Amino acid sequence: MDYNTLRHMADSWGLLYLFLVFIGVVLFAFRPGSKKVYEDVANIPLKEDELDG
Amino acid sequence: MKFLTETLVLGVGALLALLGAAFAKDDLFEAHAWVLFFVLLGSTILLMRKVEVVASNAPPPDTSGYMDGVVRYGVIATLFWGIVGFLVGVIIATQLAFPDANIEPWFNFGRMRPLHTSAVIFAFGGNALIATSFFVVQRTSRARLFGGDLAWFVFWGYQLFIILAATGYLLGSTQSREYAEPEWYVDIWLTIVWVAYLVVFMGTIVRRKEPHIYVANWFYLSFIITVAMLHIVNNLAVPASFLGSKSFSLFSGVQDALTQWWYGHNAVGFFLTAGFLGMMYYFVPKQIQRPVYSYRLSIVHFWSLIFLYIWAGPHHLHYTALPDWAQTLGMVFSVMLWMPSWGGMINGLMTLSGAWDKLRTDPIIRMMMISIAFYGMSTFEGPLMAIKSVNSLSHYTDWTIGHVHSGALGWNGMITFAAIYYLVPVLWKRERLYSLRLVNWHLWLATLGIVVYASVMWVSGITQGLMWREYDSQGYLVYSFAETVAALHPYYVLRTLGGLLYLSGALIMIYNIYKTIRGDIREEAPMGAPAQAVPAE
Repeated sequence: MDYNTLRHMADSWGLLYLFLVFIGVVLFAFRPGSKKVYEDVANIPLKEDELDG
Repeated sequence: MKFLTETLVLGVGALLALLGAAFAKDDLFEAHAWVLFFVLLGSTILLMRKVEVVASNAPPPDTSGYMDGVVRYGVIATLFWGIVGFLVGVIIATQLAFPDANIEPWFNFGRMRPLHTSAVIFAFGGNALIATSFFVVQRTSRARLFGGDLAWFVFWGYQLFIILAATGYLLGSTQSREYAEPEWYVDIWLTIVWVAYLVVFMGTIVRRKEPHIYVANWFYLSFIITVAMLHIVNNLAVPASFLGSKSFSLFSGVQDALTQWWYGHNAVGFFLTAGFLGMMYYFVPKQIQRPVYSYRLSIVHFWSLIFLYIWAGPHHLHYTALPDWAQTLGMVFSVMLWMPSWGGMINGLMTLSGAWDKLRTDPIIRMMMISIAFYGMSTFEGPLMAIKSVNSLSHYTDWTIGHVHSGALGWNGMITFAAIYYLVPVLWKRERLYSLRLVNWHLWLATLGIVVYASVMWVSGITQGLMWREYDSQGYLVYSFAETVAALHPYYVLRTLGGLLYLSGALIMIYNIYKTIRGDIREEAPMGAPAQAVPAE
């Protein structure tokens, strides 16, 4: 495992892996049914501020 | 037995500092140990007055609600360090225009400049981030801060870090790493404080009553974790002696340079961008009373920022010994950052859609919108300057300084001011701010100051860059370096003026906040009232 092995690993499989994770995250955000969920959670700051119980 | 342990720990700390001064290897360490000794001794005495040795009959303090005391202290500290940082900025701008203003050895430009950058980024910005993150994480998690008094340790520990860093710069102690000048022992202290900060923040999220973690907390958390990683790696160094102020970096040559700018640019990306975006995603919806424009967009904004920013650092090392592929990598990732930055800007600005009329009546919303606009502008300019051919003109010139200030004064400063204007009436339970018209004065003085500063630095930077690369027909450089310096004098004077405008806006804010905390309310015509009819002549 010298520098060159690690480097080639990083700029091929590493790059592909991170890219796929990113695409996955974006696709997950746009999954069917997410619209309603996100509309609800977007209102978290606007709910009543009191700490109940 | 309240505060007994704390007082003892402080007292022992003061004793250790005294021993440090006695056995110091060099003068700088000794001076620094004396500073630490007097700070800890003073704190011990102050805290001793609060110690109750006999168990009192008073009921234990209420720990059911939100923990806001530390946030109130944080707001005051933010304002205090803000004024210090802006003032030092005006002073060093004056020193550049009039070299006689350099006072050797403690107050010359070389020592005052890191004092300015650290005061505004870490003291002003850092306190603002810690205070607002503590406020936001409690509200959006519906849980009290985790760890009890650990939050107080974070606050006071961070102030101690600032004092050690600031006195170190003036005394001449530095490891010469941009935005990371403090020496090894100060770095170790900051690491301890930062881990405590992470524990408080994470613990609060873990004990949340709200099932979803609101996006502002994602930004804050990424800021805390990444800064911990950056700080530790960039400061890996071997101290030359146990009680000495000198240390040697673990890296050398171009690896060292790249480590420094990996740190330096991600301090911009995660301290000054991600952290402050956390502020934006909470305070902008809160002040407008509407949810963020698109929550989905905020998720895409977050992940693309996280995946891209970390690679952008090499653009600080164009045309250096850094391998060409690494320079190109830094440039490409910087240009790609256009997308998340503008996505985030659109998300912030469009939160106001359907309520644009509020711009007329609410100067705090105005301030937020100007801040987001500056976020968009400086994140447009940044990638542009990261392109190699543009960089060959802009690098090492005042253009860079102008760019940094449109981001720092426009985006970071303005969003912090707006958050504080929102926070103070809430934290001190006041009906409203003392005066909205004074907020408006602050807004326009600050905006004018930034516009003067940024445009003057564009002219000055491009002048400087063009003069440096001007060759005559024989292939000789046309201008000597001193000639380029002389040509910039008028711009440096104007820059000082821009800084003064910004500082005076901040002083108006101090007055307004002071009156608000006292509970005063100014009699004034409401903002956006129809103009008085002027009788025809």
